[in-house]
Amino acid sequence: MSEHTHTTEEHGHEEHAGLSKGKIWKVFGILLLITVIEFIIALVFIPKGYMTQHVGNYIYIGLTLLKAFYIVAYFMHLKYEKLGLQLALTVSFIFIIYFIVLMLIEGGFLNIHMMNH
Amino acid sequence: MNAVSQLDQVKTGPWNGGRSPWSVEYGKIMMWFFLLSDAFTFSSLLIYYGAQRFSKLTWPAPDKVFQSIPGIAEHGAPLVFVGIMTFILIMSSVTMVLAVEAGHRRAKKEVIGWMIATIIGGFMFLGCQAIEWTHLHHDGFWWGHIPSAEELKHFFLKPEDVSLVAAQQFANLFFTITGFHGFHVFSGVVINIIILIMTINGTFERRGHYLMVEKVGLYWHFVDLVWVFVFTFFYLV
Repeated sequence: MSEHTHTTEEHGHEEHAGLSKGKIWKVFGILLLITVIEFIIALVFIPKGYMTQHVGNYIYIGLTLLKAFYIVAYFMHLKYEKLGLQLALTVSFIFIIYFIVLMLIEGGFLNIHMMNH
Repeated sequence: MNAVSQLDQVKTGPWNGGRSPWSVEYGKIMMWFFLLSDAFTFSSLLIYYGAQRFSKLTWPAPDKVFQSIPGIAEHGAPLVFVGIMTFILIMSSVTMVLAVEAGHRRAKKEVIGWMIATIIGGFMFLGCQAIEWTHLHHDGFWWGHIPSAEELKHFFLKPEDVSLVAAQQFANLFFTITGFHGFHVFSGVVINIIILIMTINGTFERRGHYLMVEKVGLYWHFVDLVWVFVFTFFYLV
């Protein structure tokens, strides 16, 4: 048993070598850059009419998912974990996608219903 | 004969037993599973918010509801204050990774320094959150409370857009979701303080590893991750 724990720790150690201080600051820069882009869209592009709110919303969601990827992959270290753990944690979100689709269909139906009354 | 001898051979694959297939320590896996369930909770709240917004013909405009910087500008600065909050939280996430990185090198002093920075960041965020809540509360929004129809005109894009139901749903969901997130930040700060004390006492030094810092780090990044989504859906979309 003690030997078993030992190997786990050793494994952990090898993999963690991946994230150096330089890499951490690089990811921070990327996160900051994405946030700045979101601000430029919200404060310049949409008010000046270069982009409609509708198109902007899709871009916001895309950029948010990109930020989420960087936080989970690098800060939470998931990129350096075994494939099994990565799959267990990400594939579960298929239920959330399903739920989003269900609830937006429901919301859209109510919206049409309200407009007709 | 050959087949039997093959069966006798000891299998060494990751799932053949005798080893940890994901080679992740038990506590860390449990933290991941907790965060997965927590992600589902937050998703449910945000999806309900989305469904409400989709079903209403109008909705309070974020640029009009959130446009003050406390102590600097009362109007006309949309998104600036929440931008500062986002920056604080991302920054405290970075100091947390740096604490984890220092933990791998077993550099006790550095871990202490970065943990203190993370805790300060957490408190700063909570302070900003409190100011944001107070401001909205002064405007007349609260659970079950909204400003009068006349005052609400300032919070919608066009005066004829005013919807009392939409404003009430917005108020309830804003305080519930940011409150639930703020509660997570608060718990995170408390746990960070406990880990800081354990680090100062040399508990991890004696244990020979700083895995606890990593587990708390996972939780802290998750809090940051949730904020990224709250920020998008309440303030940008």
